[in-house]
Amino acid sequence: MFGFGMEHEGLAFWLPLIWSGLIAVAVAMYVIVDGFDLGVGILFKAARSGNWRDRMMFSVAPIWDGNETWLILGGGGLFAVFHIAYAVLMPALYVPIILMLIALIFRGVAFEFRFKADRSKFLWDNAFFFGSLLATFFQGMVLGAFVQGFATDGRQFTGGTFDFLTPFSVLTGLSLIFGYGLLGATWCVMKTTGELEIWARRMAVRFLVATVLAMAAVSVWVPFLGRQIETRWFSWPNIAFLAPIPLVTAYVAYRLLRDLEEGRHVRPFFLAVGLFLLGYLGLGVSLFPYIVPPNLTIWDTANTVNSQLFALVGFAIVLPITFAYTAYAYYVFRGKVADEISGGGYGYH
Amino acid sequence: MEFDALMLSRIQFAFTIAFHIIFPAFTIGLASWLAALEFNWLRTGNPLYRTLFRFWVKVFAVSFGLGVVSGIVMSYQFGTNWSRFSEFTGNVLGPVIAYEVITAFFLEAAFLGIMLFGWERVGDRLHFFATCMVALGTLISAFWILSANSWMQTPDGFAIENGKAVPVDWFKVVFNPSFPLRYAHMVMGCYLTTAFAVAGMSAWMLLRHPHDAPAAKLAGSRRSLSMALWFATIFVPIQIVIGDLHGLGVLKYQPTKLAAIEGNWDRMANMPLRLFAIPDEVAETNHYEIGIPKIGSWVLTHAFHGVVPGLKEVPRDERPPVWPVFFSFRIMVGIGFAMLGLGLWSLYLRWKGTLFSNRPFLTAAMIMTPSGFGAVLFGWFTAEIGRQPWVVYGHLRTVDAVSPIAPGAVTASLLTFIVVYAFVFGFGSYYLAKLLRRGPDPIEDIRGDDLDKKPKRPFSLPDEGLEGRSRHRAQPAE
Repeated sequence: MFGFGMEHEGLAFWLPLIWSGLIAVAVAMYVIVDGFDLGVGILFKAARSGNWRDRMMFSVAPIWDGNETWLILGGGGLFAVFHIAYAVLMPALYVPIILMLIALIFRGVAFEFRFKADRSKFLWDNAFFFGSLLATFFQGMVLGAFVQGFATDGRQFTGGTFDFLTPFSVLTGLSLIFGYGLLGATWCVMKTTGELEIWARRMAVRFLVATVLAMAAVSVWVPFLGRQIETRWFSWPNIAFLAPIPLVTAYVAYRLLRDLEEGRHVRPFFLAVGLFLLGYLGLGVSLFPYIVPPNLTIWDTANTVNSQLFALVGFAIVLPITFAYTAYAYYVFRGKVADEISGGGYGYH
Repeated sequence: MEFDALMLSRIQFAFTIAFHIIFPAFTIGLASWLAALEFNWLRTGNPLYRTLFRFWVKVFAVSFGLGVVSGIVMSYQFGTNWSRFSEFTGNVLGPVIAYEVITAFFLEAAFLGIMLFGWERVGDRLHFFATCMVALGTLISAFWILSANSWMQTPDGFAIENGKAVPVDWFKVVFNPSFPLRYAHMVMGCYLTTAFAVAGMSAWMLLRHPHDAPAAKLAGSRRSLSMALWFATIFVPIQIVIGDLHGLGVLKYQPTKLAAIEGNWDRMANMPLRLFAIPDEVAETNHYEIGIPKIGSWVLTHAFHGVVPGLKEVPRDERPPVWPVFFSFRIMVGIGFAMLGLGLWSLYLRWKGTLFSNRPFLTAAMIMTPSGFGAVLFGWFTAEIGRQPWVVYGHLRTVDAVSPIAPGAVTASLLTFIVVYAFVFGFGSYYLAKLLRRGPDPIEDIRGDDLDKKPKRPFSLPDEGLEGRSRHRAQPAE
């Protein structure tokens, strides 16, 4: 495809393509759904009034676990079908991944512990905030490390423990905090009412501005990484196909800002998701077909055909069902979280 | 012992998985226990079952949360610390793990939200369905992960190409020789873990109150204790039989592991059943051995003259460390027989009609609260240390499986995991103890019970008495 992977024929050519598409979907799902609930955590510290924190937490409590499952599917999926990429990437990203996992532990247990604590409640407020913030930051660093590329020799990572740590990856880490903050804020606009909603609107505007600036900064920086990513964007005829991506992005950001000001409830969240998907598309265009940039492609790292096929059969059958009941779980908890959290509707605590 | 990336990664993996396994071992059983309680509630309409559900679901939620977060760590560690294992096994185990995620984790997660928060929104029937789906999810999850683990013990259905395992027959991969019995043994182990935890916690709640306390206060704990003990009494003997059959599989497929379990150095017939010994790996013999003649052969081969393999049959560098395997196995079996004893004792007390008032028995049951966890952990030590020096038995050595990572990075991550897990586990236990102190709510007035569950309201203080809550309920809350 586009001149890549031509040495492979038939299934050996198509399966890695299909699988990279599926894993891209899984990662996009993760970024969106855990993005907003991590974003709620990022906003958490600043939400000081009354029962705001309770309401924010309740807006994600029934679904966060499912959201995080997409992260396991990302890791598991990589192991499942691009096991060589998994084997090269994980040691290369050892430090940020372990730190991300530890941050996720703190925010994950906060959901349970916070409601069982009285004197120690502040501990879990902090665990939820810092856990969400740091998990996001390290995810952003992983993303930055990915765009920078990895030192490899054949199928081994040959770089150092802290190769991932560069000014660029710090920038992508911060960018993701702004982005998830935007998703979280628009989620709160959609799911809450009253003062909290108004506050979330204000936060959404701030995070939107920060996100757009961060996206611009990352885009300007990329050519200086020396990865020749810019030639892909600016060579003819690519530029004709790709120019709409930044233009649409700019429009979506503008529309989102207007929506927030006009007091819309639901559309801001979906526009924020759109903004993410556009950024993600841009990333895909820049990196394809490298799964361990800059050397290993999806074809270099894929499992045997038999192995990919076995996994694909199951996914084809199960994935639609998974989507269906996940959507149902969201449907059950549709609508705004009540102002007064009390009574049976909010469960078992 | 040299603390290189290999040794540190082994310690880290052992630590994180031992910590992780505690929670699934409990929640696999608890999920089914909750389904049983809710089924009884729907069938009989007895509000006691609903009260019990609402109590144990809190215990479940804390444990499940800890299981989820410690489990995510596992799915990344195969790559971060064991990348060469991932490379060797990826074609075979990758899809198996992916099946676990897609068939089990999503199912659990989606319906967990409904089970915890959605009762009023979806109604009784759908809620019961959600509870069943969570329980089913835990069992499916165990299916795949034990299939993967069993494949590492008894790999089958694959060929080696370019130094890597490639799948040939998926049915044989998934249903490899040790899988069916290992699955049965583990799931039963999880159920029994839950049964003894529920029984022990209920016994503790009963011991805290004089047995002439208001019936409503004790009814929940009594019912939990009785149900859990019925389950344990019936299934411990079955588990012992499954364990015995599983042992026959070890003899057939992993003779060296079996020799380590038995502390058997020379291939022999009429092997004694060694109750105690100090295995000496240097001198290749046992000290202070206490055994019952011939019974060892009989247990393993079901014949007194049965021949049992010995450790000396393989070179030293293909033997597992003997004493951890030898002792872990004996501790597991010892706990199993203690469980059997408690089950028989409970039968006797039922017959006498003093099950809920016999304090020595209740104390014993309380002491045995963590017995299932112990049995599961020591069973795993036996299985996994016994597999050494292989990570994929007979094909890939643990030494050759580790990632190319810096020892410093692993030291730092290991220390971090220890500190973080101790912190999280400490608080988790503390909150669990608080839940248990409070116990299931009295069963009168179910609506009031709901109102009492205001999430905003701080959790009741540990010393808050029954009166305190009754007063609260008497206020017009609507």
